[in-house]
Amino acid sequence: MFIRLSAAVAALSLVTGAALAQGAKPTDPQIAHIAYTAGVIDIAAAKQALAKTHNKDVKTFAEDMVRDHEAVNKQALDLVKKLKVTPEDNDTSKTLSKNAAAKLAELSKLNGAAFDKAYVDNEVAYHKAVDSALETTLIPDASNAELKSLLQTGLKIFQGHEQHAEHVASMLK
Amino acid sequence: MQPRWIYFAMVAGLVSGASISALAATVQITMDKLEIAPAQVSAKVGDTVEWVNKDPFAHTATAKNGDWEVMLPPHKSGTLVLKKAGTFEYYCRFHPNMKAVLTVTP
Ligand SMILES: [Cu+2]
Repeated sequence: MFIRLSAAVAALSLVTGAALAQGAKPTDPQIAHIAYTAGVIDIAAAKQALAKTHNKDVKTFAEDMVRDHEAVNKQALDLVKKLKVTPEDNDTSKTLSKNAAAKLAELSKLNGAAFDKAYVDNEVAYHKAVDSALETTLIPDASNAELKSLLQTGLKIFQGHEQHAEHVASMLK
Repeated sequence: MQPRWIYFAMVAGLVSGASISALAATVQITMDKLEIAPAQVSAKVGDTVEWVNKDPFAHTATAKNGDWEVMLPPHKSGTLVLKKAGTFEYYCRFHPNMKAVLTVTP
């Protein structure tokens, strides 16, 4: 489990590391795309959980994820519209989506308590990885002040979800 | 023409309403961008605390000891009439990184 968790974190560090290694800082349109994609991924994971779980705590948690990430992404869409910025797809977004699709496929094979545990553990790891990407890359590299501020709110939301997920994980044991 | 006693009852209601609000205060606390401000608040038993949620996210104000919980839907406020003295640590159940303290004196 520790191996799996650190592997997930390492996967995202690699992703952000790769973006940095290219020498180019992500641009605001790319940062907006990455942040939006991170939300979309968590919504998709939550919808899978809502379709599969029978656990009340897991269901409530997944509903919270859908509600919050839809709200953040709506704010993000409103902001890019206001700034007349078109979010731009990029390698980081692509890798995130690819990894997420693999995770959905992996979790789709599990059921009952095994699914619940795998989903919640992955939520902890995923939120941790996104937190670190926001802190080390996305927030410092964002140039527009409003985008930076939205990402900072996003970071607090993700950190809150991470703690919430840890709490749910502790109840599943 | 309204009977005189209704008019009298309305005036009495106004007066007693005013005297209640003079005794018991309402303390406002905001939740904005996942920050609770002020994070430390003191009030008295009988006072009302009003949490104003300015976020597009749902929050809660949940006492750590389980004594009370106020649900705060997006852009809504919620109130609690303080009944017990003590120092209450509280947090948001959805975002446990949102934490604050409410001190209630007798
Ligand atoms: Cu909250």
